Amino acid sequence: MSTVKLTVNGKAVAVDVEDRTLLVHLLRDHLNLTGTHVGCDTSQCGACVVHMDGKAVKSCTMLAGQADGASVTTIEGIAKGDELHPMQAAFRDNHGLQCGYCTPGMIMSAIDIVHRHGDQLDETTVRHELEGNICRCTGYHNIVKAVLDAAGRMKVSQAAE
Amino acid sequence: MGVEGIGARVVRKEDKRFITGKGRYVDDIKLQGMTHAHFVRSPHAHAKVKGIDSSEALKMPGVVAVLTGQQIVDDKVGNLICGWAITSKDGSPMKMGAWPAMAPETVRFVGQAVAVVIADSKNLARDAAEAVVVDYEELPAVADVHAAIKSGAPQLHPEAPGNQVYDWVIGDEGATDAAFAKAANVVKLDVTNNRLAPNAMEPRAAIADYDAAEEHFTLYTTSQNPHVARLVLSAFYNIAPEHKLRVIAPDVGGGFGSKIFIYPEEMVALWASKKVGRPVKWTGDRTEAFLTDAHGRDHVTHAEMAFDANNKITGLKVKTYANFGAYMSLFSSSVPTYLYATLLSGQYNIPAIHAEVVGVYTNTTPVDAYRGAGRPEASYLIERLMETAARQLKVDPAALRRTNFITTFPHQTPVIMAYDTGDFNASLDAAMKAIDYAGFAGRKAKAKADGKLRGIGVSCYIEACGIAPSKAVGSLGAGVGLWESAEVRVNPVGTIEILTGSHSHGQGHETTFCQLVAERLGVPISQVSIVHGDTDKVQFGMGTYGSRSAAVGLTAILKAMEKMESKAKKIAAHALEASEGDIVIENGEFKVAGTDKAIAFPMVALAAYTAHNLPDGMEPGLKESAFYDPTNFTFPAGTYICELEVDPGTGKTSFVNFVAADDFGRLINPMIVEGQVHGGLVQGIGQALLEHAIYDANGQPVTASFMDYAMPRADDVPSFNLSHTTTLCPGNPLGIKGCGEAGAIGASAAVINAITDAIGKNNLEMPATPDRVWRTIHAA
Repeated sequence: MSTVKLTVNGKAVAVDVEDRTLLVHLLRDHLNLTGTHVGCDTSQCGACVVHMDGKAVKSCTMLAGQADGASVTTIEGIAKGDELHPMQAAFRDNHGLQCGYCTPGMIMSAIDIVHRHGDQLDETTVRHELEGNICRCTGYHNIVKAVLDAAGRMKVSQAAE
Repeated sequence: MGVEGIGARVVRKEDKRFITGKGRYVDDIKLQGMTHAHFVRSPHAHAKVKGIDSSEALKMPGVVAVLTGQQIVDDKVGNLICGWAITSKDGSPMKMGAWPAMAPETVRFVGQAVAVVIADSKNLARDAAEAVVVDYEELPAVADVHAAIKSGAPQLHPEAPGNQVYDWVIGDEGATDAAFAKAANVVKLDVTNNRLAPNAMEPRAAIADYDAAEEHFTLYTTSQNPHVARLVLSAFYNIAPEHKLRVIAPDVGGGFGSKIFIYPEEMVALWASKKVGRPVKWTGDRTEAFLTDAHGRDHVTHAEMAFDANNKITGLKVKTYANFGAYMSLFSSSVPTYLYATLLSGQYNIPAIHAEVVGVYTNTTPVDAYRGAGRPEASYLIERLMETAARQLKVDPAALRRTNFITTFPHQTPVIMAYDTGDFNASLDAAMKAIDYAGFAGRKAKAKADGKLRGIGVSCYIEACGIAPSKAVGSLGAGVGLWESAEVRVNPVGTIEILTGSHSHGQGHETTFCQLVAERLGVPISQVSIVHGDTDKVQFGMGTYGSRSAAVGLTAILKAMEKMESKAKKIAAHALEASEGDIVIENGEFKVAGTDKAIAFPMVALAAYTAHNLPDGMEPGLKESAFYDPTNFTFPAGTYICELEVDPGTGKTSFVNFVAADDFGRLINPMIVEGQVHGGLVQGIGQALLEHAIYDANGQPVTASFMDYAMPRADDVPSFNLSHTTTLCPGNPLGIKGCGEAGAIGASAAVINAITDAIGKNNLEMPATPDRVWRTIHAA
């Protein structure tokens, strides 16, 4: 057992976990942050994507201990109170989700994609960058639309800040 | 249409919880004292279980129990059932081998459970499962249908000699032979419909909780039809009578058919929770999904189509071998028979059809309904045949289809189905216009100059949805009726709860079903809640599959609404001192037509519950229910056209354009309908280009993870160009046909027709991987 100290969604936490515990299980089982999902066991599907120190990571592919000292943001931590993150709003407005299972990972990956590409984002880039997130429901059409829509919204909201 | 009524693109009510991480899926639920199950699964495709040694596992701290197949048999938990009886052409019933929830003596596919470990944590259960020693005696195995029916093949079940489940026929063999005898041209085709793994993104999961004092079970499960699960668990598996078993299917992360069935894991979790006296949770991992979720498709077919001198189809002969895997799953028997061969007429006037389907056991994961279920196999076959015929007869493929379209309705096909309505020319026209079919030759020539092979592929699909008229399916062997139920509960403050037997696992019922209420009452959808997925709340229901929830489920809601409105009008008329016949409902008010006298809907509701001033003899309250049984299937149809390029140097396919023109009848929420089509198209494209659940000759699965099984990813597929043509379904009052499966049914033929057009060779199996395409291009 080890104690992992990290910041999750802005809150400092210390969690005692078995050494083999994955970050996703620390979040889901110990902190009850069940918005982060597990859809495979080979780092392929991306349902578990969270942000660690501002970068998208697959939380099923790292040990909880590797997040010691880090700042982790999950799907539960991106809205400001009742105000949705622009990416969340864009997924809703563009019908970028159906069953919702891949959605948290999609949104967390998509925010990272927009951060990295900014204005340069086009459909081809979005499709290429979403390679590590599998959705079985939407056929990606509306997810791609949502990410491109959100890129514009995020620019506006950054300009406003 | 109001802003939230029928036809409005309303954003989904359910989305907020999903985009904020507040969805509640089975694995998100924790119960006090909960244990965790991990199954010990066979690594062999076929073996005798000689013994199980659990002693080391039981010594491990935190291990609660190790339970085996023999114990579940000893406790008289029932074997898994197949709910649709099929009769062979010789009159004999289908031949089924027993399928216990865990194998006591013989395992017949890799992944079949032989024991389960129950422990305090998931990791402990997994560790302990590693310590369970199973003594297997390996037996010869067979995975391929043709190998399985050869004499001397390994035999799976003594009940099914030759590994044959049934040999079933449909249609008029004599008339079909006569048509072929007179044919001017005959077109022949062999096709394989590749086996697929459904892969809903949420793996299956179950939590079983036994209350010893009440002798009552609660099951949380990833189900598309919790009431059917309760019925089967009660009536056939001896878990508990229905009033002592509550089944809850909360948020479910996709189904595509694979979550219709009641699987061994749910049965074992229920049984084990009583045995250990604590709640038992099982959450599958992705490899378990590949090994144990019912697969889809897996047909091998030879077909011949006869034409007269005017290129009119005169007959169709089909022989299909359907691979069922090692056991007959819940609805498996119906998929390659009544959901497949009844659609072999496609959109075409075919006077004579004869089809024979041989169902075969193999040492592979059981096969059952997967998005489209039988109809994709039929549509793929017919549309590949039409394309092959056009090439052989040297006519334009779209023109050949037009020559043979059914144009008058109702149309009785030779294979049971009676198409009620449609306009196949309209959807073909819309798709051809959208893709600029006329300009294709020019684009192909230009691509050729750039070193690319460009192709275009048409697919005109039809399906039978709105499953299903109970009497009709009962006469064909179904063990259940396929109606739907609904209840409308108006609260005293005028808010409304709609209880439905349909189940949403991505379809957006919480929005579309509210839109019907908004349309009829003029109340905002925020005043309406949809309640589903809990057998303690909703009395009964048949669940969601077969594109039935709008055509059947929503019609049941409409019927209940009509009853509620009728009573509410009586209350309003009484309050307004008017005649009931003069009351109209507008914008949330009950009005006396042609006057300014009105009473708001919440006041009607309140009057129903205060009961101070009701018409004489009227019961208080405002709550009505209805069961709706459709009178026919519905027949969504449309045309998909795919234009693509193949790189002759690599065999890689790139999409240029993909258009879909669908006729779904009335659309409730076009945004949601489009989403269903997008998703279906990608599953069809996935089958055509990427996906294949592969076994080696000994029954070892080769594709049991996302590393090995090619799921469609965002950069594998294009954006789509969708349009709709409309003929209203005459079979239900809303005119709805259903949209859930169309994409998966029609897309794969469009893709393969386009690739084979591009490369100029007709024979190409799915999935058309670059390797396979390259070899086909360069084959002698």
